[in-house]
Amino acid sequence: MATIQLQQVEKKFGNVHAVQPMDLTIQDGEFVVLLGPSGCGKTTTLRMISGLEAVSSGQILLNGRDVTWAHPSDRDIAFVFQFFALYPHLSVWQNIAFPLQAQGESGANVEKRVAEVAALLRIEHLLRLRPGALSGGDQQRIALARALVRHPAAFLMDEPLGALDAELRETMRAEIKRLHIDQHATTVYVTHDQIEAMAMGDRIVVMSNAVVQQVGTPAEVYHKPNNLFVARFIGSPGMNLLSGHYTDGIVQLLGSGRYPVPESWDRALKARLGQHGTVIVGFRPEAARIGASGALAATVYATDMHGGYTMLHLSMEGEGGEIIHARANRREHFKIGETVRFDLHPDMVRFFDAETEVALEEVR
Amino acid sequence: MAAQSTPHPEVNYSTRVDEISGRARTLNSVRAVIVILIALIMLIPVAWMTLTAFKSRPDAVAVPPKVLFEPTLEGFLSLLTDRRQLTAEQIAEYSQRTDLNWADQIALSRGQVITGASNYPQRLANSLIIAGISTIFSVALGLLSAYSFSRFNIPGAGDLLFFILSTRMLPPVVVTIPVFLMYRAIGIYDTHLGMIILYTVFNLSFSVWLLKGFLDEIPREYEEAAMVDGYTRLQAFIKIVLPQSLTGIAATTVFCLIFAWNEYAFALMLTADRARTAPPSIPSVLGTGGIEWAAIAAGSLGFLIPVVIVTFALRKYLLRGVTFGAIRQ
Repeated sequence: MATIQLQQVEKKFGNVHAVQPMDLTIQDGEFVVLLGPSGCGKTTTLRMISGLEAVSSGQILLNGRDVTWAHPSDRDIAFVFQFFALYPHLSVWQNIAFPLQAQGESGANVEKRVAEVAALLRIEHLLRLRPGALSGGDQQRIALARALVRHPAAFLMDEPLGALDAELRETMRAEIKRLHIDQHATTVYVTHDQIEAMAMGDRIVVMSNAVVQQVGTPAEVYHKPNNLFVARFIGSPGMNLLSGHYTDGIVQLLGSGRYPVPESWDRALKARLGQHGTVIVGFRPEAARIGASGALAATVYATDMHGGYTMLHLSMEGEGGEIIHARANRREHFKIGETVRFDLHPDMVRFFDAETEVALEEVR
Repeated sequence: MAAQSTPHPEVNYSTRVDEISGRARTLNSVRAVIVILIALIMLIPVAWMTLTAFKSRPDAVAVPPKVLFEPTLEGFLSLLTDRRQLTAEQIAEYSQRTDLNWADQIALSRGQVITGASNYPQRLANSLIIAGISTIFSVALGLLSAYSFSRFNIPGAGDLLFFILSTRMLPPVVVTIPVFLMYRAIGIYDTHLGMIILYTVFNLSFSVWLLKGFLDEIPREYEEAAMVDGYTRLQAFIKIVLPQSLTGIAATTVFCLIFAWNEYAFALMLTADRARTAPPSIPSVLGTGGIEWAAIAAGSLGFLIPVVIVTFALRKYLLRGVTFGAIRQ
């Protein structure tokens, strides 16, 4: 098992940065998810770690060893591709044995290791078939088996569940997570699906426009996003963001709402803005507490029944009132056009600088 | 509901999927008949050639053409032997001899005597050597070059590919004279080497483009997977790419072989004797007093066989090979 260190790693295609210089240290046995919209550089980063893509500058260390210019085959890593990349002309058994044969393992040993990994992934009955005859889920299991069989230092996975249908994705998600726990293998996992990232990662690296926006645990990126991009990108729907004008403990929202700022945040805003200034208030749908005494008011625009809860789409009062999302108890019913009052949970409110879009720090 | 009380309406159509309707069956037969007809029409020249090969000289040029005739091996005899015309006395003298075999007798019936074997087998061997080796080279080199174009970022790849294609743009006739002068100057005129080089180069443009189409269709991920699995690029190419491009290789092989095998203009100009291939030599089988159509037909028949064997051996790759790959650039 291994630690992976990226030091000022960058990738340029011509004059365009695919990945701006980034630093990242992945601990031994850690499950790190690279998350971001397509074209953000997450796959390029993964491919640079694997050696399939050359870095433009910077260093990659694997267990302290500089592998920046090492051939992929010399890095002792396994790569799981989105479209499985199982060799179509080889049987499942041959596919799994393929990496072992590269190492020149003896025949008996290959037999034994393939049998072990096949038992682990419950694919013994498929070994004689060709990959083309298998379902997507089974193909991905074979791809995982091929990665696991070698006991590599690290696993790199490029959207391994992207090609599967929704139901299977849930199952495979659990299987990969379970494998990671059993094998305790350092894993770097690329996805654009923030739910998958939240569910699987020990840490999440959020990327956008070739830049790392935030590195943190799922709870950190969810509750304390570094900036507006992370706030919007994480969560479905993303964080509610209302711009307003701060004056003396009150944020006058764009519509007609007035939001009294909690004390710890008031200090932070004063320190940043002085007496008054423009600010963005952010809160998750579950931070809205609906009740008759609420300081803020909005009209119901639409409601979605989610089974466990009801998601309200609310239109903030006044001119230019924005649409926000709030979670409500599933037993309560709201009519469209009805006015709803709500408060924000003081621990779950965030503030962002309107110009730099960077989150402000709470001052306790 | 009211509908529930009424009895289920009778199903009066067949729901069996293994029974094909009469209409579809007639349509299938019509198609089959059309295909057979077209195939027959295509085969007429070959059939006529085969018939002509077994005709005697008067039968071969008879008007109207004869479909029923007495088969003879005269054509094959004049193809495979050199003969000398006899005078009347000599004919009489030879007729007395008892040690004549069937070939001698056929020759004698035309007033000739066999003086030795013709050079047709050697021409055919030249064709086999030159077409075979040049095909192997053009496919092997084409595969490597197509792989590079397909997988690596080559500066000016588009221009290079166009340049490769442009070698095919002049008709052979135009370049034969310059090639002839060059070949004579460096001493590879009328050699196997010269013809192998020429056909290899000529076929390369074709094989690079065709194989690139096939290789482009093989996802890079296969090799990338092999490389992270611990193989070098060359090993990945041999173990992964090669088996998957067999279809393309087979199709390209057949096309290159057919071109090199059939090539006439270059062979006529650039070979004389030692390296002369079959195509320019077959029509020059001249007998005394007129064209030996039967011999020419017999020669063409023998010329046809190797290509038929190769195409037949690779037929299972060809259908896919011709329909795929060639479509993409």
